[in-house]
Amino acid sequence: MSLLSSVSWKGWDSMLRYILRRFLISLATVWMIATICFFLIRMLPGNPFIVANPLDMTNAERLMDYYGLSDPLWQQYVRFLGNLVHLDFGYSLAHPGRSVNDVIIQYFPVTAQLAVQAILFGIPTGILLGILSAYRRGSGLDYGTQMLTILTTAIPSYVLAALLQLLFSVQLHWFPASGWKNFSYTILPTICLSLGLIAGYCRFMRTLMLEVGQQDYLRTAKAKGLSNIRIIVFHQIRNAILPLVTNLGLEIAGLLMGSYVIEKIFSVPGLGKYFVTSINELDYTMALGLVVFQAVVVVAANFLVDLLYGIVDPRVKVA
Amino acid sequence: MDTRELDFTPVPESSRDADQIVRPSTRYWPEVWKRLFRNRLAVFCLILIAVIAVLAIVAPILSPYAYDEADLMASNLAPCREHPFGTDKTGRDMWTRVWVGARASLLIGFLGALAPFLLGTVIGATSGWCGGWVDMVIMRICDIMLCIPSMIYLILLLIVMGGSVQSMVLAMALSGWMGSARGFRGRVMQFKNREFTLAARLQGASGARIVFRHILPNILGNIAVGLSSAVPGAIFMEAGMSYIGLGVTPPRTSLGQLSTEGINFFMLPSKFHLFLFPALVISLMIFAFFMFGNCLRDALDPRLRDEEYNARRLRSLRRALRRGKKVQA
Repeated sequence: MSLLSSVSWKGWDSMLRYILRRFLISLATVWMIATICFFLIRMLPGNPFIVANPLDMTNAERLMDYYGLSDPLWQQYVRFLGNLVHLDFGYSLAHPGRSVNDVIIQYFPVTAQLAVQAILFGIPTGILLGILSAYRRGSGLDYGTQMLTILTTAIPSYVLAALLQLLFSVQLHWFPASGWKNFSYTILPTICLSLGLIAGYCRFMRTLMLEVGQQDYLRTAKAKGLSNIRIIVFHQIRNAILPLVTNLGLEIAGLLMGSYVIEKIFSVPGLGKYFVTSINELDYTMALGLVVFQAVVVVAANFLVDLLYGIVDPRVKVA
Repeated sequence: MDTRELDFTPVPESSRDADQIVRPSTRYWPEVWKRLFRNRLAVFCLILIAVIAVLAIVAPILSPYAYDEADLMASNLAPCREHPFGTDKTGRDMWTRVWVGARASLLIGFLGALAPFLLGTVIGATSGWCGGWVDMVIMRICDIMLCIPSMIYLILLLIVMGGSVQSMVLAMALSGWMGSARGFRGRVMQFKNREFTLAARLQGASGARIVFRHILPNILGNIAVGLSSAVPGAIFMEAGMSYIGLGVTPPRTSLGQLSTEGINFFMLPSKFHLFLFPALVISLMIFAFFMFGNCLRDALDPRLRDEEYNARRLRSLRRALRRGKKVQA
C-alpha cells in the first residue's frame, strides 16, 4: 500500500516522459547490439556451407547466392534490420527449414524456467540469510554464509555442479543427474544456478543492513520507542533493499549467460547449447537471431527494473 | 575591559586526555602494508599465490616430461612417484600439464584483470577530465555496452580471434572496460576541482599529467582492490569459456580446459585424479586471490584502522595484566 501511494499522481506527465526516454534508449541499445554482432559474425573466417557440409565450391557459391550472402554487406545489413523490425529472424542456414523463431519458441521457455526458478529461490534466500547474518553478526550463521560465499566464488560452477551430481544423484539418488522431463529434473540445475545468487545477495544485503544500521533515522526510530522487529522490518530492510533492485537487471543477464554452462552439464535443452553450436557452424542467421533475442530479453529486463526502481524509491528523480 | 580573561578560559586539567592523539601518526601506504601483513589470512593467501606462481613457472622446466608428450605405455596411471598427479588417457604427465595450465590461467587472471582496467582508466580519465559532450557520448556508449551481456561479445570475439591467451585477454579488455571507466570517471570528476589540481594546473601541467600524476595516486587504493577482485573473475571466465569449448585450444592447455576434460571422468574412481588436481589448483588459486582482495580492502579502509588499533591495544594490555605487570593505562 505504501509502495503505491509513494508514486505522486501529479507526476504522471514526467513519469511518462521518463518511460519514453528509457524506452528510446533501450531501442538504441538493441540496435547497437544487433549492428555490432552482425558485423562481428561476418568477420568470422569461412562460410556456413563449407563448414556445415563439405560441398564443392560451386554448390556453396550457389547457396550463398540463394541466401543473398554474396550481396554487398550493407545491403544484407539493411535487409537484416528490416526483418528485425518485423521480428523475423529468418531461417537457419545449417539446418534448412528450421526458423530461428521456432527455435526460440521451443527452447527459450526452458532457459527462462531455469532462470525464473533460480531467481525465485536464490534472491529471497540470499536476502533472508543476509538479514539474519547482519542481525547476528559474528554468529555461526554469519560465518556459515561467509564460507558459502567463499566456496561459490572459489569453485568453478561446473565443478560445483559435478560435485552436486555426485552427491545427490549418484550417492543419495534424490534427484536425476541430467535430462529434462519433469520438475525433479529442474532441481539440481536450479540450485547450481542460484548458489551464486544466494551468496552474492547474502553478502550484499548484509553490508547494506549494517550500513543502514548506522543511520540517524534508525536511532530516531529507536528513540521513538518502536519495537526491534518493527524497526528492522519497516525501517532497516526497506531502506537496505533499494540498491538490490538495481542489481536485478544485471543478474538476469548473468543468469542467461551462466545457464550456458549449467545447461551443458545437466543436458538441459535450452537456448545456450543452440547458440554455441550455431556459432561453431557459422549459422549466421541463427547465431544473430539468438544474440539479438537475448539482448532484447536483457534490455527489457533492465528497462522494467528501472521503472520498478522509480516506483519503489520515491526519492529517484523521475524527470 | 580585559577580553582575554573572558574569551580564553584555560582548559581544565581533566579534559586534556580527550584530545590526546590515540595512536602514533604514520604515512598512508606504510600503514596499509603494515596492517596487511599483520593479517594472517592475507599473508597466507599471498604465500599461496606465490607458491602456485613459482610452481607454475618452475615445475614444467624441472619436470622430465613435456606437457604435450604422449606415452601410450603409461596412460591413465594413478598418482605415483614418477607422476605425482598421474597421467591422462594418452599418457601425458598431469603434474606438468597442471602447472603449464596454471601458467595460462595465471596469465589470463592477471592480464585479463589488468587489460580491461587499463583501457577503462584511459577512457574514464578522458571522459571525466574533458567533461561536456565527450563525457556525454562516452557515458552513453558505456551505458549501452553495460546492458549487453559481455559473454556474447566474448564468445564472438573468441571465435573471430581463435582461442589463445592473447585473444582471451583482448576479448576481456574489449568486453569489460565499462565498469572501471565509470568508476575512474567519477573519481576524476571528484578530484578535478580540488585545490591541488588547481595548483598543478596553474603551474602549467597538462591534463594527462594531472590525471595520472596527481589524481591517480589518490585512488590507487580503490584500484588495487578492484584489480585483485577482478583476477578471480578473469580466471573463472576462462574456465567457463573452456567448458563451452572456446578457451585455450589444444595442444596448449589451461586449468579450465584440464578440469573440463577431467569432469567427463570424475565418476570413475580410477580416473578421479584427472578431475581432482586441476579443479583443486584452480579453486585454491581463485580462493587465494579472492581472500587477498578482501584483506586488501580491509587494510585500505580507514574506518577499520582505529577499531583495529584499539582492539590490538586492548589485547596487549590484557596480556600484560595477566602476566601481572604494572600497566600504564
